[in-house]
Amino acid sequence: MSKGVAITGMGIISAIGNNVEENYASLVTGNTGISKISKIETNHKDSIMVGEIGFTNQELEQQLGLSSENNYSRTAFLGVIAAKEAIKNAGISDINNYKTGLISATSVGGMDRTEAHYYDYAVDKSTQKYIEGHHAGDSTQKIAEQLGIKQSLVTTISTACSSAANAIMLGARLIKSGQLDRVIVGGADCLSKFTINGFKTLMILSDTYNSPFDEHRKGLNLGEAAAYLVLESDKVVLSENKPVLAYVKGYGNANDAYHQTASSENGDGATLAMQQALKVAELSPKDISYINAHGTATGNNDLSEGRAILRVFENDIPDFSSTKAFTGHTLAAAGAIEAVYSVLALQNNVIYPNLNFKTQMKEFNITPQLEFKEKEQHTIMSNSFGFGGNCSTIIFSKKQ
Amino acid sequence: METLKQELKENIVEQLNLEDIAVEDINDNDILFGDGLGLDSIDALELIVMLDKNYGIKLSDPKEGRAIFESIEVLAKYISEHRTK
Amino acid sequence: MKTVYINSVCSISSQKTFDNSEFLDEIIYHEDNLIPVVNPNYKDYISPSESRRMAKGVKMGVAASKIALKDANLDTVDAIITGTGMGCLRDSEKFLGALIDNDEQFLTPTSFIQSTHNTVGGQIALNLQCKGYNFTYVHSSISFESTVLDAKLMLENNEANTILIGGVDEIGDYTAKLHQIINHIKAEKTSTSELLNSKTEGAVFSEGANFFVLSNEKQTSSYAEIIAISTYNTLGNSKISDLAKSFLDENNLDIDAIDMVVLGNNGDVTFDGFYNELSSGLFKNTQQVYYKHLCGEFMTASSFGVWLASKILKTQKLPEIVKLNNLKDSNFKTILLYNQYRGENHSFTLLRKC
Repeated sequence: MSKGVAITGMGIISAIGNNVEENYASLVTGNTGISKISKIETNHKDSIMVGEIGFTNQELEQQLGLSSENNYSRTAFLGVIAAKEAIKNAGISDINNYKTGLISATSVGGMDRTEAHYYDYAVDKSTQKYIEGHHAGDSTQKIAEQLGIKQSLVTTISTACSSAANAIMLGARLIKSGQLDRVIVGGADCLSKFTINGFKTLMILSDTYNSPFDEHRKGLNLGEAAAYLVLESDKVVLSENKPVLAYVKGYGNANDAYHQTASSENGDGATLAMQQALKVAELSPKDISYINAHGTATGNNDLSEGRAILRVFENDIPDFSSTKAFTGHTLAAAGAIEAVYSVLALQNNVIYPNLNFKTQMKEFNITPQLEFKEKEQHTIMSNSFGFGGNCSTIIFSKKQ
Repeated sequence: METLKQELKENIVEQLNLEDIAVEDINDNDILFGDGLGLDSIDALELIVMLDKNYGIKLSDPKEGRAIFESIEVLAKYISEHRTK
Repeated sequence: MKTVYINSVCSISSQKTFDNSEFLDEIIYHEDNLIPVVNPNYKDYISPSESRRMAKGVKMGVAASKIALKDANLDTVDAIITGTGMGCLRDSEKFLGALIDNDEQFLTPTSFIQSTHNTVGGQIALNLQCKGYNFTYVHSSISFESTVLDAKLMLENNEANTILIGGVDEIGDYTAKLHQIINHIKAEKTSTSELLNSKTEGAVFSEGANFFVLSNEKQTSSYAEIIAISTYNTLGNSKISDLAKSFLDENNLDIDAIDMVVLGNNGDVTFDGFYNELSSGLFKNTQQVYYKHLCGEFMTASSFGVWLASKILKTQKLPEIVKLNNLKDSNFKTILLYNQYRGENHSFTLLRKC
């Protein structure tokens, strides 16, 4: 059994940057990625804001050197870009020299192509290559292919907005149990009309910049992103003498079992997930130096999550903030995006500001961190919650 | 008004797929949400779309629906006062 | 490390399999390219207030989970792990169709909410009020195998004692039409008995839900022990026989130790070669079994294979209809299952009598 789960590489592409360095620079300068939508033609373009990645599909295709015959969804493009950066960052030259797996998360999958060609598929042969790219596992297979992962454990998790946190959790368990020496974990989701309209029907899309934990929060901004982490066992770290960015120290997963979409009023599932993660990490609440909250800026989430944080941390609430005001809610990818941000916070000893906050919520008296702040960091908790009652918490630490 | 109420009952049963409830089981003053007919927050969103689609009434905040959807009686009154189609 | 047992099963399939007191006693012979399941009476398992938003796949999943729990004599479990290759297709089609047809207007939330891949897992948790670990795997033909792998990891390390796992996929009419256009579904109607002789492209498609309670504690009613499971995204440069050999080696077994192989042949002339390589080579002297002529192909059809193998191990009966050859008809101890879809996402599962 490997005790430690080391993070040795990261890659990310989001609305605030096309790689790790650019993302960190935006977080430091408070530069949000939220804007009007430009790449999807939707009737709602004037009433929503999104976290969109600058590149067009064509540009992404060129960056990856793919022939025009490819049948990649935008989810797959973004996933490959972030996963490749993670491999490079981890200094991996031969992916198959250790037992390597890939666990990816997505909720949109190939829906962007399906919605673009749905009725054309039946009549236009040139679009038919995208039909088999619809299912959620397709982008994962493509990422594995691009990374050269063969004959391996490659799978996909879809638990709505907690998906990527669960990918990290499974990856960590596979390393700990010795089933894998190395595993690339993370998630990718692109924007789509399907999700824009879906969240619109739930009336939880803000028409302006999302403001997590604010009394007058109007809902979330959808975002698109991909991020991957390379997790490696003690054995690999030792024999390759690898620099370790941080460790996955704890994880917890619970179900709210309350409602198909809404979180319970007192955040039962969220509380259980945080408590379980602390237990796995063998830490107590006072050991947490920062919480990167799920904080989607919907009325329901922020109230429920805030109450759950109060239940777990009682009178000693650590600094917390949501980075969704920077990136938007990137759905299945969110847990991986925020994992990268958590590791960067550990490395640089900083806390990111919770942008757009103006008014204290009246239900409780906890306030997120509002300014960018330097602070000695040692252990960070990251929350991700989703539809279907799925609640997940990951704890990252500097030391094993 | 009676026609509108009947129409609303039929639409509610059909659109919300209330398998175990018949139109004639719903009284004008029955509470629709919670312990009454058992409707929930998702149903409220469905009803908001019905108001928009059938009667041209736009609600921008789901919280507004709470009072309007109290009962068939209240809902019918609200629709007849605010409908644009 | 603790041993992992299959303590209960439930199969809702295109055969009458949901009644655990029977075992393929009566076969339904289909002649089609798309075959629906034989439905149990869902009202026996799901209340009207719960079922009113559920599409067929969700109903199949929830009903199968309830039957599996009853078969294990449990009210709830420590964790719920679901696999679905295509997710909630009917609601996805419904929401997307409405979105396009109505130009993004007058859309209602129900089908969107129900379209997420983890709907079945979430609904089972709600129904059982189970606040434990809840995962959904969505990786093509190893979606179900991923649930087994995860549950096994958890049970072996004593992180849970009882876990409900299952594979579920539903037919979506439009998606089926599209998969017919690209020849993933056979163009012509094919009969149950002639599936493997069809010599045409594509498979006969279906739907289904196969759920199991796994535990690290054996009970008198247990079906089998899960010895090992491995999944492979691709074969790389190897042949499937090489991979089968190394999988058996890893588990310290030689070919003779395998009493039966359960193969996922679906009658697709382009891809059945993987199965044929094993049945005419490595396992030519082993009892061979197939099942997709009974349950059809779908992304979690291999969970029907596990149902079949579990039933065989428990009852020690081998139904005539599933035999590919005639070498052994009793004393089944160790069964190897192999499945793949369109040359990718291969899996080996090893079960043993307990």
